[in-house]
Amino acid sequence: MKAGAVLVAALALTLLASPVAAADQASLTEIEKQVMCPVCGTLLQLAESPQAQRERVFIERQIDEGKTEAEIKDALVAEYGDEVLALPPGSGFSLSAYVVPIAALLIAAVALAIGVLRWRRAGGGSPAEGEAAAQPTEPSERDSERLDADLARYDL
Amino acid sequence: MPGSSLRRLLSVRSVISLLGVLAVVGLLVFGLVSKGSSGLAVGDPAPVSALPELEGGGSQSLADYRGRWVLVNFWASWCPPCRAEAPALEEFQQAHGGPGFAVLGVDTRDLTSDGRDFVRQHGLSYPQLRDGDGDAADDYGTTGLPESFLVDPAGKLRLHAPGAVDEEYLSEEVAPLLPGGKS
Repeated sequence: MKAGAVLVAALALTLLASPVAAADQASLTEIEKQVMCPVCGTLLQLAESPQAQRERVFIERQIDEGKTEAEIKDALVAEYGDEVLALPPGSGFSLSAYVVPIAALLIAAVALAIGVLRWRRAGGGSPAEGEAAAQPTEPSERDSERLDADLARYDL
Repeated sequence: MPGSSLRRLLSVRSVISLLGVLAVVGLLVFGLVSKGSSGLAVGDPAPVSALPELEGGGSQSLADYRGRWVLVNFWASWCPPCRAEAPALEEFQQAHGGPGFAVLGVDTRDLTSDGRDFVRQHGLSYPQLRDGDGDAADDYGTTGLPESFLVDPAGKLRLHAPGAVDEEYLSEEVAPLLPGGKS
């Protein structure tokens, strides 16, 4: 009776654990999209060089040993350094790859907002000013003289 | 009053613009520097960064070889020309290796296990270092594999051989420079 209960419990645990194990199972296709071929400078997925082939063999060996995706990527970093990762790690100096573009966008947005506010405060682009600019003005005396001289020259 | 606020605005803008320009220039300089030098010229001091040994847990630097001639040979197990030149390098080490000269192999952008297998398969007896991320190869300005650099006892580059070396090159170009000076 006791042995039967143990067997049922073990079976239940196995059934529960299976989907988790399947989810953790690393795949070459997935890892190839996340790591580089260091010699080619391209994603491993796109590389066909002899070094890329050896890198694939290394990954397959790690998968056969039951390593997770994260463990395999760590092993690749230990072999080839951080540059083997397609996306830089989010720590240390590599963090700047994520922070700098966001900071640059924020600074640009703030500068643009400040610029627009100042321009509007200075009255730039106000409808009244636009209409005033469009109003015809009387020509100066000098302009009138030049106009008369030009018209006289053509004697229409 | 409006003039002073305009001046203040201009100075704030100038500082922001200057900072922006400095940031861009800084990033460009960093990018250029981190890509490594464009290559070593004969007479330049050879880089001496420490590297782990391919076998064992220690590390070595070219500085440890100061006072000796060293033929630094960058290779990888996946590189066919590296396989082709390995016997000639081993033979040269057997003939000339000693207190005045050594071949120093640097396994570059290679798997540790593959590099160790390569050394065993070719029976290489000279010291081997590991350059997994290729930084040392970049410091030397290598453009491919294999590449060899003859460094004199003062640590200056004396010969650069891009591509595989063979017995003829070693006996005619390298050997005459070594102590004794014969091929």
